[in-house]
Amino acid sequence: METRSKRLDILFYIILTLLAVIFIAPVFIVLMNSFKGQFYITDSPFSLPNATTFAGLENYVNGLRKTGFFSAFLYSLFITVCSVLVIVFFTSMAAWYISRVKNVFTRALYYTFVFSMIVPFQMVMFSMSKIANAMHLDNPIGIILIYLGFGAGLSVFLFTGFVSGIPREVEEAAMIDGASPIRLYFSVVFPMMKPISITVAILNAMWIWNDYLLPYLVIGNKYRTIPIAVQYLQGGYGSRDMGALMAMLVLSIVPVVIFYLTCQKYIIKGVVAGAVKG
Amino acid sequence: MIKKYVGKYFPVFLLPTVIAFFIAFVAPFVIGLYLSFCDFTTVTNARFVGISNYVKVFSDNSDFLNALWFTVKFTVVSVISVNILAFALALILTRPMKGTNGFRTGFFMPNLIGGIVLGYIWQIIINGVLGYFGVDITFAAKYGFWGLVILTNWQQIGYMMIIYIAGIQNVPSDMLEAADIDGANYMQKLRYIIFPMVSSAVTICTFLTLTNSFKLFDQNLALTGGAPGKETAMLALDIYKTFYNRVGYEGVGQAKAVIFFVIVALIALVQQYLTRARDGE
Repeated sequence: METRSKRLDILFYIILTLLAVIFIAPVFIVLMNSFKGQFYITDSPFSLPNATTFAGLENYVNGLRKTGFFSAFLYSLFITVCSVLVIVFFTSMAAWYISRVKNVFTRALYYTFVFSMIVPFQMVMFSMSKIANAMHLDNPIGIILIYLGFGAGLSVFLFTGFVSGIPREVEEAAMIDGASPIRLYFSVVFPMMKPISITVAILNAMWIWNDYLLPYLVIGNKYRTIPIAVQYLQGGYGSRDMGALMAMLVLSIVPVVIFYLTCQKYIIKGVVAGAVKG
Repeated sequence: MIKKYVGKYFPVFLLPTVIAFFIAFVAPFVIGLYLSFCDFTTVTNARFVGISNYVKVFSDNSDFLNALWFTVKFTVVSVISVNILAFALALILTRPMKGTNGFRTGFFMPNLIGGIVLGYIWQIIINGVLGYFGVDITFAAKYGFWGLVILTNWQQIGYMMIIYIAGIQNVPSDMLEAADIDGANYMQKLRYIIFPMVSSAVTICTFLTLTNSFKLFDQNLALTGGAPGKETAMLALDIYKTFYNRVGYEGVGQAKAVIFFVIVALIALVQQYLTRARDGE
């Protein structure tokens, strides 16, 4: 029995290692090709760079120049960080209000939030981008408001589920002590919502950082985020530069991997919590 | 008590979110619904035309039905393959073995990479393989189809695996020990204990993969762009192309979007109903 399960473990290790190689290989292949001359990539994508094909950092230089990657990175970072902070700040307040002040209006509002979660983006993309234009929200600051509105559904839903489970006695005690609702919220309620705030922040960060179509339609002409910059290389003018594309793919993955490895524990917890409640 | 106290603070707590929600969702949704019955190129020049856009969705050409059929096939294959592989991995990685955390980390990672980037990563790899046969991914729809399936598996297996692992870890160990004492073999434990205990994780993962696959856009746009022709365009991409690649077809695009929304809403309702029915047992 003992040796049989040991043998099974060895078999599983072999399977897992093979799978891990398959999972990592695509990223590795892109990394390898980013150092090859652009015309060698399509011909032999699976060979390591050699003396003829090695192009040094040429692809990176070209890609950065063609896409304006640095500004794309900064736009992506700015929009993601600000939107996530704004979403966590405002939707948690809204959720607390909805769960504490129950009336026809808040109930209808709550169901509208839940309803918005199932509506595909294509349904609203045209009218929303036109409204954003008309209201001059088509800039990196205005789009934060759009993300607050579009991300509100899931975020309010998750926060409401959590805050309904917090006993009201603490809040009522603070109220009797004379704390104003605003003070009560920020010194008593919000600190208790830390776990769900992390979940909401992570789910929204993953969505906004990688989002392509919404920023493309709303601010894409003037401000390119990373996904727009990558897509721009493809749909650009003249033949596409495979080398620059590979280099930009690598540069797009690096921040994500760093973020993942530093916040891994929270990301995995957040994903589970978000999925189970959503 | 708290209700009355907090109630009048509506402008502080609720208003910012509600305003943004109306601008970004409620108004666009209502206008979008209205525009599906209009002829328009911008919101301001809309002219009511009744249901003619909806008729055109089906009568003008077969793009929409092709996209729907392609999407359904893709969704069925992806949901089954992602869930089986994710569940199998979760079973292996919940065994008492060393190093399972490292594997979990690795398998989950692709999920964080954006759809556009994923699409181009797999385009180079699939074209590299197909290059040995003198073709590329736009040569036939079946290459694009399987390319999308592989990409989706690569992206989503890790995510679903994490949810299954959480489910399996919730199975009480004394139940498994009792089964061991009763002489149950592994398959019996799987069938009679683990499977029923993780059924909510199965529902969640099935629903997530279903809606993710059904609404897939970025990966589709980057990997094949719908080529050859429009054969590998899924619903979301077909709607996008109808809107922005054909002047005068905005109304038809919006009508397609409404139908798309109705299908997604029906899937969500069925899932809700099934979850309620199961929880009610």
